[in-house]
Amino acid sequence: MQLIENHKTTGIPLSPKAKLSARNVDVFYGDKQAIHDVSLDIGENEVIALIGPSGCGKSTFLRTLNRMNDTIDICNIKGEILLDNENIYDPKVDTVPLRARVGMVFQKPNPFPKSIYDNVAYGPRIHGLAQSRVELDETVEKSLQRAGLWNEVKDRLHAPGTGLSGGQQQRLCIARTIAVDPEVILMDEPCSALDPIATAKIEELIDDLREKYTIAIVTHSMQQAARVSQRTAYFHLGQLIEVNPTDQVFTTPQHELTEAYITGRFG
Amino acid sequence: MTNSKATNSKTSTEATTMTTTNLTTREKVELSLARRRAAETRFRLYGMVSVFFGMLCLVVLFTDIASKGTSVFKQTSLTTEITLDSGYLGINKDSSIEDIRFANFEGLIKRHFAKSVKPKGRKAKRELFKLISPGAAWQLQELVLANPTAIDSTVTIELLMDDDVDQWFKHDFGNDVVDNGRLSEQQLAWLMTWIEEGQLDSHFNTLFFTNGDSREPELAGIHGAIKGTLLTLMVTLILSFPIGVAAAIYLEEFAPRNRITEIVEININNLAAVPSIIFGLLGMAIFINIFGVARSTPLLGGLVLTLMTLPTIIISARAAIKAVPPSIREAAYGLGASKNQVVFHHVLPLAMPGMLTGTILGMAQALGETAPLLMIGMVAFVVDVPGFINDPSTVLPVQIFLWSDSPERAFLERTSGAILVLLSFLVVMNTTAVILRRRLERRW
Repeated sequence: MQLIENHKTTGIPLSPKAKLSARNVDVFYGDKQAIHDVSLDIGENEVIALIGPSGCGKSTFLRTLNRMNDTIDICNIKGEILLDNENIYDPKVDTVPLRARVGMVFQKPNPFPKSIYDNVAYGPRIHGLAQSRVELDETVEKSLQRAGLWNEVKDRLHAPGTGLSGGQQQRLCIARTIAVDPEVILMDEPCSALDPIATAKIEELIDDLREKYTIAIVTHSMQQAARVSQRTAYFHLGQLIEVNPTDQVFTTPQHELTEAYITGRFG
Repeated sequence: MTNSKATNSKTSTEATTMTTTNLTTREKVELSLARRRAAETRFRLYGMVSVFFGMLCLVVLFTDIASKGTSVFKQTSLTTEITLDSGYLGINKDSSIEDIRFANFEGLIKRHFAKSVKPKGRKAKRELFKLISPGAAWQLQELVLANPTAIDSTVTIELLMDDDVDQWFKHDFGNDVVDNGRLSEQQLAWLMTWIEEGQLDSHFNTLFFTNGDSREPELAGIHGAIKGTLLTLMVTLILSFPIGVAAAIYLEEFAPRNRITEIVEININNLAAVPSIIFGLLGMAIFINIFGVARSTPLLGGLVLTLMTLPTIIISARAAIKAVPPSIREAAYGLGASKNQVVFHHVLPLAMPGMLTGTILGMAQALGETAPLLMIGMVAFVVDVPGFINDPSTVLPVQIFLWSDSPERAFLERTSGAILVLLSFLVVMNTTAVILRRRLERRW
């Protein structure tokens, strides 16, 4: 398979209510280009699903949105990513407040080897969000409730977070992320390590979270994309092929590559 | 099914006679199976032999040292009643400490034995006095210093015997002491009378643990060396742990990846392999000649051993930091933690067990180190127990080295005894390292 020359993204990559906007983004790992000229808006209170075959750059793209790629030395980024019309790659921008605004949930549940309470309280603590112990308790409770974990863990808040089941751990990680009250949540295949029941719970949760947050989710499961997202972006070899409302992508894809992928001809 | 199998094997036997290429896959696998199993058995055997050999060496070493060294924990002494004659000593109950120190306790002991044993002639007298350790006078002096009211009374005391007597008594009236002419017929006769009267016996050797070094084997102890070792290790730990951990964190987390960092890294690895005596030379050139640190002190020893242990600690600390799963870092970065927060809230606590283990192993290495300390004068003969890090002192391994050089048989015993003590220190430290690692290890 080859790159499509002079490709222009099919569909409607831009949004009138853009929260995060990528403009002509190229990402390089050393000499290798992983993302080719991607422009995409992520609208407020919308869930956008990024799908595509393995190695197509969807995770890489997601990680550019809160500068997680900064930790990789050889990673180089061109183009602009605007959060509320401010370029987050501006040299003046500090990654600490940026990541407080754009939170991230990872593929593998990665709770800190601390108690459940300390896991959720960590973000508010380092950012100084709670003025008192009581306020911190409230934040922890609220976050756990919103992540749908409160009833399961309220009696053992001081038990280690690593002792929870995989699905619970992932919801703990989501609670930890929303405890900082971010504006955007990036999710990198959050259900790939979970069983169907835990996956269903997380999907339900994503749907609830949409009311308050802007969510970008990378997924390998097309059913999941269809269930949770409003818009779907299809990546192929580092190029953004098509962006359209989810219903449309899965019923009448415009681009032939998208169609090939969702009908299972490759990937 | 069975039929086809039979035909198959039949054709294959025919095939083997011509070429092996006609065999079925299953037959090829079965042919190679025997070879693979043999290789496995062979390898297992090699492993068992090497483990057995290692254990054998260890057992031989330990039994040898233990058989030579355990006798050091017993010391022969003579229980006798002696009158502390104020007239002879020239002191009374109210004498000053200074006067008591200069009183002639040696003479008192000689007079006591001359009267009770009644040797005939000067030669016999000299032989008799040689049986008693010079430490006996010191024992009496200590007794009077502790309790001046004992003057003019008769006290029962276990007087320390000379090392030849000690060796002869402890080693089943050992012939080599007699054969070497260390004890004469007359001396043996006196000793036998004392044994018959139940006066001569061996007791637990507390002096070995409370005394410093001495020219007299029966008075030589490891207290000075142990104290020196502890002080030296304290200096080493206080300096090398923070420096080593800080260096490891910087190199692993903060240093830019460039040529200079690379050179630093290579050199740290090289330093770990530098012969330890070189560090002694370096310490001599820098700490003594340039900074004028006093020789033979735990401070200097600690500085030199710090140079030696730093690479070990840095390397193990870096390995511990590297072993922290990247997912934990990502989680913290993803929440907006700054680099410092990621390192000090997450990486460091998770790497700590590994760092501590590395440090303890480094300390254990420093504990057994002799060569660099020889270069900086810790090989001196130091009788006093060091009080602090600027007092002259020696350390256990150097003490062992010193004693092993002495001709007296009793020092051989002390060498092995000190080795036993050193080994038990090492075992304790390594066990602590293992326990610490188990305890602090967190799973994720």
